[in-house]
Amino acid sequence: MSDDYSFDILLVEDNPADADLTREGLQDGRLLHTLHHVTDGVQAMQFLRREGAFTSAPTPDLILLDLNLPKKDGREVLATIKGDAELKRIPVVILTSSEAESDIVRSYDLHANCYMCKPVDLSRFLDTVRKIEEFWLTVVRLPPRSTK
Amino acid sequence: MTREPFDILLVEDNLADAELAREGLQDGRLLHTLHHVTDGMQALEFLRKQGPFAKVPTPDLILLDLNLPKKDGREVLAEVKTDPELKRIPVVVLTSSESETDIVRSYDLHANCYMCKPVDMARFIETIRKIDELWLTVVVPPPRRR
Repeated sequence: MSDDYSFDILLVEDNPADADLTREGLQDGRLLHTLHHVTDGVQAMQFLRREGAFTSAPTPDLILLDLNLPKKDGREVLATIKGDAELKRIPVVILTSSEAESDIVRSYDLHANCYMCKPVDLSRFLDTVRKIEEFWLTVVRLPPRSTK
Repeated sequence: MTREPFDILLVEDNLADAELAREGLQDGRLLHTLHHVTDGMQALEFLRKQGPFAKVPTPDLILLDLNLPKKDGREVLAEVKTDPELKRIPVVVLTSSESETDIVRSYDLHANCYMCKPVDMARFIETIRKIDELWLTVVVPPPRRR
C-alpha cells in the first residue's frame, strides 16, 4: 500500500459527544484517514449506496456502527449491509453502549465483524477507538478497494 | 468482568506456524486453552463435536489457515459461516496467501477478519499478540452456549 493511502471510515453515530470522541481517538492515531459521519440509519444506507446527498461518497474501508439509531435502527443497517452482495465485504465494527446478550448474539449472527462496547470512561473510550484503528487499519488485511 | 479461560481453535497444518501461534498466545495476558487441529476435516469434526471431539468446548475464536489438507480452509469457512449454530463464532483467517481473490472471497464468506502470516518469526508472534490483544480483551465475544 502506498504511503499516501488514506482510509475512509464511515461512522454511524447519533450521539454528538460520542462522535467527537471517536473523531478525536482516530486523530490521535498515526493513520491518514477521512472520517465520514452520518447520524442515522437511513443516511448510512444512502451513503453506502451513493444516493441523495452522497452520490460522490467513497466506499468506506471500515464502518463503525452504533446500534441504537434514529430512522433506521443499526441492527437493520447491519442486516442490510451484510445481505448486500456489494456491501457485505466491508468490515463492520459494532460500537455500541448496549451490553445486551441478545444484541451481541444477533450482531454476530448477522455477520458483524466484531462487537465492541463503548466505555463510559472518556480515556477508555479513546483507547478503544485507537485499538480499533490500529487493528483494523494496520494489522488486518482489508478487502481491496474496487475502482469505481 | 472475569472470564473463564478462552478456548481458541487453531486450524493449521504447518507445525512451525502452529508453534509460533502457541508461543504468541502464551505471551498474552489472558488465560486460554489452545486447541489445535491440522486439517479442515478435523476442524469441522471439532466444531460439530464428532468422533474424538465429542466433549470439546465450542471455541470463542477460530484462527483458520486457508491452505489445508483434506478440506480446504475456504470450504471450512463457508461451512462455518452458513451453519446457524457455528456462524457466530469469530473466524480470523490467518494465512500466507496475499492473493486478492482469497481476501475478497474470505470477507464475502463472512470471515471476521483476514490476516497475513508474516514470514519473519518475531513479526508473526507480534501479529498473534495483536489478535490476542483485540479479540481476547477489547472485543465482546459471542456469549458461550452451555
